[in-house]
Amino acid sequence: MTGKLLSIRGLTKAYPGVVANSDVSFDIEPGEVHALLGENGAGKSTLVKMIYGLVKPDSGHMVLQGREYTPAEPQAARAAGVAMVFQHFSLFDALNVAENVALGMANPPKTSELAAKITDVSEQYGLPLDPWKIVGDLSAGERQRVEIIRCLLQDPKLLIMDEPTSVLTPQEVEILFATLRKLKAEGTSILYISHKLEEIRALCDEATILRLGKKVGTCVPRDTSAAQMAELMVGSELHRPERAATVPGAVRLALRGLSVTSPGQFGTSLKDISLEVRAGEVLGLAGVAGNGQDELLAALAGEILAKPGMVVLDGAEIGAKGPGARRKMGLLTAPEERLGHAAAPNMSLTENALLTGAEREALMQNGFLKWGKAKSFAEAIIKRFDVRTPGPETAARALSGGNLQKFVIGREVMQRPDVLVVNQPTWGVDASAAAVIRQALLDLAVGGAAIVVISQDLDELMEVADNFAALNEGRLSEIRPAKGLSMEEIGLMMGGAHGLEVAHA
Amino acid sequence: MLTLEKRPQPSKALSYITPVLAVIVTMIAGGLLFAALGKDPVVAIRTIFWEPLFGEFASYYRPQLLVKGGPLILIALGLSLGFRAGIWNIGAEGQYIIGAICGAGVALAFYPLDAWYIFPLMVIAGALGGWAWAMIPAILKVKFGTNEILVSLMLVYVAEQLLASMALGLMKNPEGYGFPGSRNLQQYPAAFNGELIAGTGMHWGVAAAFIAAIFSYILLNRHILGFQIRLTGEAPRAAKFSGVKPARLVLICMGVAGALAGMAGMFEVAGPSGQITLSFNVGYGFTAIIVAFLGRLHPVGIILAGLLMALTYIGGDVAQSRLQLPAAAIQMVQGMLLFFLLAVDVLTNYRIKMTKREVA
Amino acid sequence: MDLSAINPILLLASLMVAATAVMIAALGELIVERAGVLNLGVEGMMITGAIIGFAAAVHSGSPAVGFVAAAVGGAGLSLLFALLTQVALANQVASGLALTLFGLGLSSLIGQGYVGIKPPVIPKLNIPLLSDIPVLGPILFRHDMVVYFGILLVVLVWLFLKYTRAGLVLRAVGENHEAAHALGYKVVRIRVLAIMFGGACAGVGGAYVSLVRVPQWTEGMTAGVGWIALALVVFASWKPWRVLLGAYLFGGVTVLQLNLQAAGIAIPVEYLSMSPYLITIIVLVIMSNRRSASPASLGKTFHAAQ
Repeated sequence: MTGKLLSIRGLTKAYPGVVANSDVSFDIEPGEVHALLGENGAGKSTLVKMIYGLVKPDSGHMVLQGREYTPAEPQAARAAGVAMVFQHFSLFDALNVAENVALGMANPPKTSELAAKITDVSEQYGLPLDPWKIVGDLSAGERQRVEIIRCLLQDPKLLIMDEPTSVLTPQEVEILFATLRKLKAEGTSILYISHKLEEIRALCDEATILRLGKKVGTCVPRDTSAAQMAELMVGSELHRPERAATVPGAVRLALRGLSVTSPGQFGTSLKDISLEVRAGEVLGLAGVAGNGQDELLAALAGEILAKPGMVVLDGAEIGAKGPGARRKMGLLTAPEERLGHAAAPNMSLTENALLTGAEREALMQNGFLKWGKAKSFAEAIIKRFDVRTPGPETAARALSGGNLQKFVIGREVMQRPDVLVVNQPTWGVDASAAAVIRQALLDLAVGGAAIVVISQDLDELMEVADNFAALNEGRLSEIRPAKGLSMEEIGLMMGGAHGLEVAHA
Repeated sequence: MLTLEKRPQPSKALSYITPVLAVIVTMIAGGLLFAALGKDPVVAIRTIFWEPLFGEFASYYRPQLLVKGGPLILIALGLSLGFRAGIWNIGAEGQYIIGAICGAGVALAFYPLDAWYIFPLMVIAGALGGWAWAMIPAILKVKFGTNEILVSLMLVYVAEQLLASMALGLMKNPEGYGFPGSRNLQQYPAAFNGELIAGTGMHWGVAAAFIAAIFSYILLNRHILGFQIRLTGEAPRAAKFSGVKPARLVLICMGVAGALAGMAGMFEVAGPSGQITLSFNVGYGFTAIIVAFLGRLHPVGIILAGLLMALTYIGGDVAQSRLQLPAAAIQMVQGMLLFFLLAVDVLTNYRIKMTKREVA
Repeated sequence: MDLSAINPILLLASLMVAATAVMIAALGELIVERAGVLNLGVEGMMITGAIIGFAAAVHSGSPAVGFVAAAVGGAGLSLLFALLTQVALANQVASGLALTLFGLGLSSLIGQGYVGIKPPVIPKLNIPLLSDIPVLGPILFRHDMVVYFGILLVVLVWLFLKYTRAGLVLRAVGENHEAAHALGYKVVRIRVLAIMFGGACAGVGGAYVSLVRVPQWTEGMTAGVGWIALALVVFASWKPWRVLLGAYLFGGVTVLQLNLQAAGIAIPVEYLSMSPYLITIIVLVIMSNRRSASPASLGKTFHAAQ
């Protein structure tokens, strides 16, 4: 076992009804960037939580630098030299950067010293950051820097990064990679979790691939093609969504200088957004999280009302109309957050079908509900979209992410929308469910609907979109045909490196 | 070590069992309390829960069940709508008082005229009074985002002062030899809310409670508004996405609760109580909160819970006179009931599991 | 009516006394809410503290013993709330109401034998030299210990939140319990401790009402002060110094209306008695226009789902 930084042997963790990890073993060398690759739900998160002391394994053991390693809590993991950057940041919006960093350290120095240290480290690694800024006001990329610097200040031997690039523009990804390579050169090992194959090929020395909680293989990413890795990861060949060619029709949805104020304290207000979507067209909107996606969806759904003339559906002005009226007119939406926004967690699928379908599917009459009809509607969604559930009486929260997402998207698709707007339609969804959802969106477009797909997954957008634009700090870039766009161009549309050029100049 | 594990979905069966369980645990804990006070726990529990129903003087006590249960049920039904939607009107006591003042005000204004329309007018005035009082926190919440819990509660204290002012001033009985308190409406036939069926305790307020229960049931189970109320309570963002206007819901839920509480107050002042006095309100508005939760915010449950809570009031009186059990002990038992209910409620949504020590 | 009967110096001096109970209780609740927990049971804990403190002071003959007992009693009662909300994961609003209803019952049960008794008197400090300063002396420096304890508590709570590690962790838990958990902080343990601190403060505040302010025991004697303490926390935007300010405002209104009652002003007594509650509502309305300062996790149930 000499030379290994961390050896993982036979880690197993079961939750009721699901085995998250089963007998997983691999080693991480000092100064190695080790990829942990797998689909959503493959058990990557549980595995790293065990390494970070947040979850205790049922069986198996770990050896860190030759010593038995059983972290009882994250503090113990940090003391042993293991640090972690979370996918959903473990940050506190109302506190400033220095306070956030201090919370991640065992013995933080005085605030003034800490602030100086933060400035030092951030300059050293090319991650500019103001220690006195309130974290809630930072961009997603800057927030990630807070997490990374919090880790770096503890001189970790192993840095765990959970899907770090999902919140970055391509340019920011390059900067992150430069930082990680620098760390590697200094002898720090990195456990890099992702499902993005090209990134792993660009960065990692070795990859461990998980599928359904089990290790299904290892490879050297540089010497392995993306297709080979994908097959290991998914276990079967992927169905690529396909579509018949369509000729764009009349303009169905138009935004004219849409500006609205975000209702949230740390939200992003929309500034002067103009776009047109035609019948049969899929418009893809990229953007790093927190650049106005939620607000745009809310403004289209009618949760946030706009001034007259800003939102036009099939020639009719609808800016002042609420969600119910817009639905009635044919504009349907599906927000990003499944539990609590698109669906009520504790309510049954029948009730959740009623949530948006009451009017269009005639599930009520004079305000009185037709439960039988609502149930049939829920059953129809379940059937057509292959939602795995015991039945329509099941509570929404009992469904897996992928199945609930199929239900939520299916609910809108089955109502035959004229315009459908979806935000992160396949976020956290396994590949097969994602393919079903994308296919459904494309089929709708072929049928003459106008589709707006807001997504942070560039691959997804390139796959489904005819036209492409990006949101950046509440503004929309110019709209360009998706075909032929380079990563460089997309990155610039997304806002480039968010102020980093200035810092580097 | 015991840990909680979230159920994939709430257990239906347990949501019925837990209230019963809470009542049983409360009886046990209440028994211990009575024992600590030097009373025989079995006799005390029997006196409270058995005597009024099946004891020697049951025929006298039984009607009281409806007399005391009526207002509790009526108020709790209104509160339950708001509670379901996450709108916390806890000032029903104030709305009850204002309803009574308005209802009595109409009666006293017409006194001694004898006309059929006086009583219906009183009902309307009572409902309007309670509604208006509840609209204060509702409108402040909608307009300014003011916390309705605190405002509705502050207004209870304001209403109590208004009640005192009425009993001592404007509504004081001119033939009352200077004693505080209004004329007794029981002696004013046109305004008297008497028993509809002799010997049952059934008066118009009880009838109103049952009618309200039916409406509430239909609303919650069959109507889109009821669905919207439940949806708002379960997931406010999803409700907004669905097209619910939160402000409208606040006004409706608070308004209905206020109107029902106001009616309850009016039926009380025109019937069982008879007059506006300094001590007119006895805490029905607060006990109704317990009733609403114990009844699972469900109309049928609320009827059962209201009757049970009425039983503890009556049984408490019996125990007080026979066993010298202090009234405060009963009040404490009522509070305990809500405690235990909330505690056992965890079982509906979570499973308790024995596990090895887990890193939290 | 004779407004000249109102002595401004006495008025300001009694303002400080009238503000003390609500100030201490509100500071406790402020810590609870900064930890992300909404405990609506302040009134119940106060009234329980009032009777327990009263009883302990009467039996021991020492007001100090009374205050300690009230703190213990308030903390003990708050533990029930902690059990419900942190262990059984019950709704915090409902649990707080339950605590208040239970506390009102419990206090009147304990208080049966204490009606009409006079508690031992807590001495005024009469701080040498300072208390002899004209005007300021009687206003500021001739009070009992607890008045100064209340002010000291404001300072301590402020220092704790702003400058200590524990205060930072507490704020972090109230801001985002998921993130705090992910960093390895014991969310439930921290919250239980905060709840107990809040209970102890409410208890002391209640005892101040029964031992100093009134001083005797009557049922329901806190008369909504616990609820006003809750309103005060909102008024203060969760900041300790503003609690001090708000408490003096409330104390001022209370004392003024009492003085006006005594002076026989033409407004009926009942309407004067309403004024503290009405002013609380007005203040709430003004403050709720500019919200946002509230801890982000306030009132939300936390369950470590692993």
